[in-house]
Amino acid sequence: MKYLDEFRDPELARSLLAEVEATVTRPWSIMEVCGGQTHSIIRNGIDQVLDDRITLLHGPGCPVCVTPLGIIDSALEIAARPEVVFCSFGDMLRVPGSDCDLFSVKARGADVRVVYSPLDAVQVAADNPDREVVFFAVGFETTAPANAMSVHMARKRGLTNYTVLVSHVLVPPAIEAIVESEASRVDGFLAAGHVCSVMGTGQYEPLAEEHGVPVVITGFEPLDILDGIRRTVAQLEAGEARVENAYPRVVTSQGNQSAQDMLAEVFTECDRSWRGIGEIPSSGWRLADEYRAFDAELRFGVGDTAVPEPERCRSGEVLQGLIRPDECEAFGRDCTPRSPLGATMVSSEGACAAYHQYRRLDGVAVSP
Amino acid sequence: MIDPVDPAAWVCPLPLRNHDRIVTGHGGGGQMSGELVEHIFLPAFGRSAVAGLHDSATMDPPVDGGRLAFSTDSFVVSPLFFAGGDIGRLAVNGTVNDLAMSGARPLALSAAFILGEGLELAVLAAVAESMGRAAQTAGVKVATGDTKVVESAGDEVLYINSSGIGVVPPKVDIRPGRAAAGDAVLLSGPIGEHGIAVMSQRSGLEFGTGVQSDTAPLAGMVASMLGACADIHVLRDPTRGGLAGALCEIAAGAGVGIEFDEDSVPVPDEVAAACAFLGLDPTHVANEGKLVAIVPADAADEVLAAMRSQPEGEGAVRIGHVVADHPGVVAAYTPLGALRVVDQPLGEQLPRIC
Repeated sequence: MKYLDEFRDPELARSLLAEVEATVTRPWSIMEVCGGQTHSIIRNGIDQVLDDRITLLHGPGCPVCVTPLGIIDSALEIAARPEVVFCSFGDMLRVPGSDCDLFSVKARGADVRVVYSPLDAVQVAADNPDREVVFFAVGFETTAPANAMSVHMARKRGLTNYTVLVSHVLVPPAIEAIVESEASRVDGFLAAGHVCSVMGTGQYEPLAEEHGVPVVITGFEPLDILDGIRRTVAQLEAGEARVENAYPRVVTSQGNQSAQDMLAEVFTECDRSWRGIGEIPSSGWRLADEYRAFDAELRFGVGDTAVPEPERCRSGEVLQGLIRPDECEAFGRDCTPRSPLGATMVSSEGACAAYHQYRRLDGVAVSP
Repeated sequence: MIDPVDPAAWVCPLPLRNHDRIVTGHGGGGQMSGELVEHIFLPAFGRSAVAGLHDSATMDPPVDGGRLAFSTDSFVVSPLFFAGGDIGRLAVNGTVNDLAMSGARPLALSAAFILGEGLELAVLAAVAESMGRAAQTAGVKVATGDTKVVESAGDEVLYINSSGIGVVPPKVDIRPGRAAAGDAVLLSGPIGEHGIAVMSQRSGLEFGTGVQSDTAPLAGMVASMLGACADIHVLRDPTRGGLAGALCEIAAGAGVGIEFDEDSVPVPDEVAAACAFLGLDPTHVANEGKLVAIVPADAADEVLAAMRSQPEGEGAVRIGHVVADHPGVVAAYTPLGALRVVDQPLGEQLPRIC
């Protein structure tokens, strides 16, 4: 099938694997940044068939996983208000706050709706002028342009009952924080193709140059990822460290200028807390001053308060590639998708969820 | 096939003419309830099906031996009408298939409606007509029914509960516990069509696709399969929870492992594309006209041929086998040759953020 089968071909996969094996001369650790890549790697068993000398580390790029507990609690508080219609992408509904999730609030009578585009939430606001409609604007550079557009459209339509609860985070500062950490064991990065399709490739060039790490931009199909690994290994073995675009069918060096313009108009850069990791300077977006009237935190008087994570949850170390999910003592025992301690277990893109879902035959003990 | 019916032509001058929508009185058990039965359900289901409008239908016991099978299911699908089907057709086929999964020949169904105030009578009539057609196709009678009306806030509410009775032929013993190491795992055709067809028309998620629901009655194909091998061990229709859910239930029920080859599972291109777009696993997506069969390995080819001889099974394939390893766990060989666990979906399927 066009655009899917081409990137799942087993024969091509075998030739890429053979090329990696022929090139590699010593152990290397490569981090895939995005949770979608992690999911594809574990689901397809790429790490099982890869040369033993290559270790894949799972990175911080799961938008559900890194949304701070304080923001989730704010979302739950706003959603529970009788005047509010709370709109969210579906996979945020299962993420646990301090004591419940959006599904539970909905079951208690809150008007929580799954939307597939923030523009749908704007339409809900237009259709319900006597209600306060709040959209949970989370995610990386991929979702931010459409979320920004929703605010822009709400203002254009004169809607005063639409606000957004913003928790946007940016990938490059997170990569920088990881690579600068003394505990880091990352030799090269597979950057997320869809982030680069918006922002372009340029922002990774200083990072590759200053820190001496190859950054290869890849897609999400098995062959995309194998090709990314092949190119990263080739750079590492040759002693090179540059940005390489292995996803040219989607990514250009400039990215999407219209999306970037919309982001620049509606958002402004800010420091952000990352769940399990902590605050990273200049790693997120908030609404620009002229759009503050659309800020749900201000409208409802909730703030991103620091809320302690469960002590036994090591998702922060998982998100930074410091441990594998099954190296956490709680994995599969006290922490399962049905009863998660952290968001990496609950998100469909979370590394812990991927291990729990696909890897139980590898001697990983889990509760029934 | 019964002839198409124009619902407007059924309606008496009074009082249905005064109500083009369901009102609470239609569920009150009085004259208005009776008029719904008289003017909508009986023309759709066939007057002969309901013996004198008693509180219960009666039927003769099976004369050729065998055991009775009894099954019930509730249908709450939204939207009510979707590409390839509607809630009425789904209710009949769903209950017929639940019976067929124990090897039963279906005899009769019930149809209990829960209707929201404000539902258009024309919608109810169209659903009832579709049920009647589906029952005719499946060779089963709608023998008894009920209607209740609930308050609703303007939403289009129409739920159907349907129970069914069938006869399992003598010596047929089909149940999850009979899956045994060495058995072959057969699948009757491409997966994911029903779930994607419904999702593509669900409010807020509309996207263009040519995928149609696969809803179909499977009792005829099952009879043909039993003709090829009376010793079929397990049958299961992979509805909610999809292929993964059905196989996991069988593995857990029998305390065996199941392994299949991902490449051998037919996934239509448009289903694969929609799943990639939404971040869903095709093996988790619902089907309404497919079955999984666990059969003795030496009978697999004959059963497969019997499946392929029927229109509902023309795309039937052998996808894997039952193993003694990893009891209770289903695993799939990926196209890269790795083995991964195949899990049941935890709850509702939720499209991912990005």
